[in-house]
Amino acid sequence: MPDTLKIAGKEFNSRLLVGTGKFSSPQVMVQALEASGTEIVTVALRRIDLSRPETDILHFIDRNKYLLLPNTSGARNSIEAIRLARLSREAGLGNWLKLEVIPDPQYLLPDPIETFKAAEILIKEGFIVLPYINADPVLAKRLADIGTATVMPLGSPIGSAKGIKTKENIRIIIEQATVPVVVDAGLGAPSHATEALEMGADAVLINTAIAVAEDPVLMAEAFRLAVIAGRKGYEAGIAQEKEQAEASSPLVGIVGQK
Amino acid sequence: MNVQQFQNLLKPLTESERLHLFQSARTLTRQRFGRTIQLFAPLYISNECVVTCTYCGFSRQNKIERKTLTVDEVLKEAEYLRQQRFRHLLLVSGEHPKQVSPEYLSLIAQKLRPLFASLAIEVAPFDKETYSRLCASGVDRVVLYQETYDRLQYASVHLAGPKKFYEKRIQSAEAVLQSGIRSLGMGILLGLSDWRAEATALFEHLLGLRKKYWRADYTVSFPRLRPCASDFAIPHPVSDDDFKQLIAAFRLALPEAGIVLSTRESATLRDELIGLGVTQMSAGSRTEPGGYLHPDQALKQFETEDQRSPEEISRAVQAKGLEPVWKDEESTLMEVL
Repeated sequence: MPDTLKIAGKEFNSRLLVGTGKFSSPQVMVQALEASGTEIVTVALRRIDLSRPETDILHFIDRNKYLLLPNTSGARNSIEAIRLARLSREAGLGNWLKLEVIPDPQYLLPDPIETFKAAEILIKEGFIVLPYINADPVLAKRLADIGTATVMPLGSPIGSAKGIKTKENIRIIIEQATVPVVVDAGLGAPSHATEALEMGADAVLINTAIAVAEDPVLMAEAFRLAVIAGRKGYEAGIAQEKEQAEASSPLVGIVGQK
Repeated sequence: MNVQQFQNLLKPLTESERLHLFQSARTLTRQRFGRTIQLFAPLYISNECVVTCTYCGFSRQNKIERKTLTVDEVLKEAEYLRQQRFRHLLLVSGEHPKQVSPEYLSLIAQKLRPLFASLAIEVAPFDKETYSRLCASGVDRVVLYQETYDRLQYASVHLAGPKKFYEKRIQSAEAVLQSGIRSLGMGILLGLSDWRAEATALFEHLLGLRKKYWRADYTVSFPRLRPCASDFAIPHPVSDDDFKQLIAAFRLALPEAGIVLSTRESATLRDELIGLGVTQMSAGSRTEPGGYLHPDQALKQFETEDQRSPEEISRAVQAKGLEPVWKDEESTLMEVL
């Protein structure tokens, strides 16, 4: 049976989602998407200029090849995120949505309260919501409970390239997950992506690390391979860390010896 | 980064320290903002002014032709800029409570809002209530420079009019941030006082604001004084090298802050600064009201140096391996729409 990523009833062969910001040109972006093997591409709605579709970033994304995942980057509260989501659907960009509500321009950390509020409303309106969150296991459960299609916890702040600094919480989120877990943000090197997949994350989303690399196309390919390697490692059953308590002096052979 | 660490970056540097600073600034800018530069256009709506600033071409004392655009004229200029691809607009004027009133600005903002992704103003400071009203009309960004944090120099160059009062001006920054407006542009006018002291004061001002108003976006800009109708002798000229160091130091100290560069600087220097720390540039600017459709030397605030067209600047940005971004906001986000 082929190993596929399933989100909201759709199957994907690639476990790498790619963001389209920060590239030096649309042409480089197109080549990088190609090399990454991705099937899901996220685009910031605030960058899209619907009055100039011919030069717009959307013009360069082949929607027969990639599932378009518009994101609400720029929204600072639930009202703004909802507004952007509706605009996106009215503009014919579909009903998939990466929900980002970020009130803090310094570290770009997401607002859990506003994200939850927006998710609740958007799910009722029929959106397929993939929320970007801090690595908070309870928030992840609460969001899955109301019907988000995934949870997308951050490894470290957006664009920081620090890797998975929230590892312990991501481990808990994965352990408890009933929806796919996509580690999003902060993954700077292919090895970070491998680590996420080895831990059992269902997918990763990469943008900055590819877009600002010296050779974005080569880096996209590196991430493609890193994700495949991480997933195979996970399936092969490596890295079984013991999480349950284990007495330092085993009781076997002691109990009942009297 | 604390103030002392920031000051270390402003000290005279050896050549290798300079290179290291520039390299760090480049890397950080790329990581945070990507391989992009945002382009915007200033739209001068009035050169009428009740303030005497000894360094400014619009200063009340200067015998220049005065003009305030009608709302209709503003819309025509804006339409021209829109055709040039601009979606980020900055309305600029002298300080004139009657000619450039909150009502006038509010009306303009309401008309322009649907046409632009972001609408900024660089006009007289207002109180919180007025900013809230302007915000409700569609203004999402205010640019308000203290000009100089050197109080003595402040007093000696701002001779008359409401701008004379240092404290009042500095408090206006908080009025902006309390009003709902999401972005504040701050800056110092380089040339008025010692640039290192000015930069430190601006940094401290910004750190204080950022802690309290943590949701706001901050940008900084460092216009260098240019020759203008005032014939002002620049007391502390800032060299190109110091200017570059200042930009790189701010990038390291405030990785998230946008750094804005105007056409005051030459094309050569601007091209050099692309990627060093600058994230937003104006292009094809005219500094006289109505100047895009009806160029008129007599009305200018200052002479621009980089006179390339927006298209030429766009190509220069691309030649540097960056993408010019014309739209990076979504106006429908505004609460008022």
